[in-house]
Amino acid sequence: MAVNVEDNPYRAQSAEIIDIKQETDVEYTFRLAANMDLNCGQFLEVSIPGFGEAPISVSDFGTDWLELTIRRVGDLTDKIHELGIGDKLYLRGPYGNGFSLEEFKHRNLIIAAGGTGLAPVRSVINYFYDHPTEVNDFELLMGFKDPDSLLFERDIDRWKEKLEVLITVDQTCGVWGECVGLITEHIPKVNLSDVENTEVIVVGPPLMMKHTIKEFKKLNVPDDKIWVSYERKMHCGLGKCGHCKIEDNYVCVDGPVYNYAEIKDLKD
Amino acid sequence: MGYRLSKHDFSELLHKLQEDNKVYGPTCKEKKGTFSANDLVVYDQVADLNDLELTTKTKFSPKEIIFPIRQTMFYFTEDQQQIPQVDEESIIIFLRPCDRNAVKRLDEIFLENGPEEDIYYQRLRDKVKFFVLECTTGFDSCFCVTMDSNRVEPEEYTAFLRFEEDELECEVTDPDLEHLIQELGSEIEFNPQFKEEDETEVNLPPKEEITNDLFEHQLWTDYTRRCIACGRCNTACPTCSCFTVKDIVYEENSNCGERQRMWAGCHIDGFTEMAGGHNFRDEYGDRMRYKTMHKIYDFNERFGFDMCVGCGRCDDICPEYISFSNCINKLNQIIEEGE
Repeated sequence: MAVNVEDNPYRAQSAEIIDIKQETDVEYTFRLAANMDLNCGQFLEVSIPGFGEAPISVSDFGTDWLELTIRRVGDLTDKIHELGIGDKLYLRGPYGNGFSLEEFKHRNLIIAAGGTGLAPVRSVINYFYDHPTEVNDFELLMGFKDPDSLLFERDIDRWKEKLEVLITVDQTCGVWGECVGLITEHIPKVNLSDVENTEVIVVGPPLMMKHTIKEFKKLNVPDDKIWVSYERKMHCGLGKCGHCKIEDNYVCVDGPVYNYAEIKDLKD
Repeated sequence: MGYRLSKHDFSELLHKLQEDNKVYGPTCKEKKGTFSANDLVVYDQVADLNDLELTTKTKFSPKEIIFPIRQTMFYFTEDQQQIPQVDEESIIIFLRPCDRNAVKRLDEIFLENGPEEDIYYQRLRDKVKFFVLECTTGFDSCFCVTMDSNRVEPEEYTAFLRFEEDELECEVTDPDLEHLIQELGSEIEFNPQFKEEDETEVNLPPKEEITNDLFEHQLWTDYTRRCIACGRCNTACPTCSCFTVKDIVYEENSNCGERQRMWAGCHIDGFTEMAGGHNFRDEYGDRMRYKTMHKIYDFNERFGFDMCVGCGRCDDICPEYISFSNCINKLNQIIEEGE
């Protein structure tokens, strides 16, 4: 029986850029016209023919659009940053499991995000911002390198109206109205009076995640109440290329979202 | 059913089969080896039975026939993406039981793991008929018996062949091929024989005793000093299936190009490097640990059988004389001694 090559999971579909928002000097959020069945925290393989393909988290989505927040760090992302409204990006996916919002409903939710780690949880935050009665207590901690690295400032201003939000920067200069210091230094401030009914999401660079989880552990948060999203090199998103494997886990299909209890002993 | 026929007749049959099939097998390229006056034994297309090299182990495995070193996934021109066609002919591969078992590992990754089949692999794999070469002695660095990859079942081959002086005996499972062989040979009782003992003694550590404590052992630091991260063990391995996807554009017209995938290896720099430069295994010893665990533990945890087939090619090819079977034995010894 012949294989139908048209039914090819590696084939990307084009999507038009309908809006672009500058976040920082090197990060822009691209809104694309696309109708995909998405979960919060899933990712896409994004490409431009001739410049390659890369896994990028969906940083928010609606019924006929999705957003990708992209840092300029290589050939592909440099090229993406040259694009304007009306240009096209190529997408395939969505891949990975994403966050199961049911796990967080009617519980206390704490999200600790470092830098671009905010992208995969932005849609989770927006969901509970839009549905405040579905969560008991919601605290958001965000750590950035410096005031110029802040992402989603327009969202943050909005979130502050309804949610408990703490922003900290590792270092600062000049006038800065929020906290200074690593995110780990501010974790003791969160409300963990009802640990049994609290779920914690930690996303960010590997070192930030490691130390942030350690701080939550010090405050007696059990492993199975901690959720993480892992970033790894990926070339397929389909469990084939092997780059993202950690022990017997393929982050692209089994993750990127994990309950910490399941993967805390895994070693890259 | 089993048959005996002359080598001459089988060679004639092979010529006939080439009308609809590309035939691959182990071949010897005289004086094409790395060093002067050395031969290179590799898989290649064979036109004649005499082209088959049956006494030496091939440097590389037959995996490149169904998982090419470099493979075009799409040709693109502006908005158009075109998927390359493959040849219409079927593929016949002469191979030993270890290599047939290695294909089973590739099948698991490309066809079973993840949400969908890999169509590039599948469309070549679907064309393949395996002609298994009986192998009862193996070579000095093999340990297929330990890895449980010394045997093959009839449903895993089209033909199973035993070569003798001027004749060969075979079992055929494909009715069309059987029809052709019936005319040439005589029916016999045929029972495939398999290698029953490894010359290289390998002691697999018990799975339940492999723990993360072992990851920190001095053993891996030793490999940091010895390994040079050339990745030859990955390329020679019949079960290494990792790949990297890369776009190229044509020099003559940068609007046109190809999306290609090519072999990647966990020993080679950049395998885990993410945008921004973060790597997960900088130390070469950590890469040896990662590969070892994958081949004899992680894959088994996920799929229920070991990935390594014990062909020993990684030992044969390492320029630093690192022996994978030795590594497994050391690991087992560490566990036994409870270090």
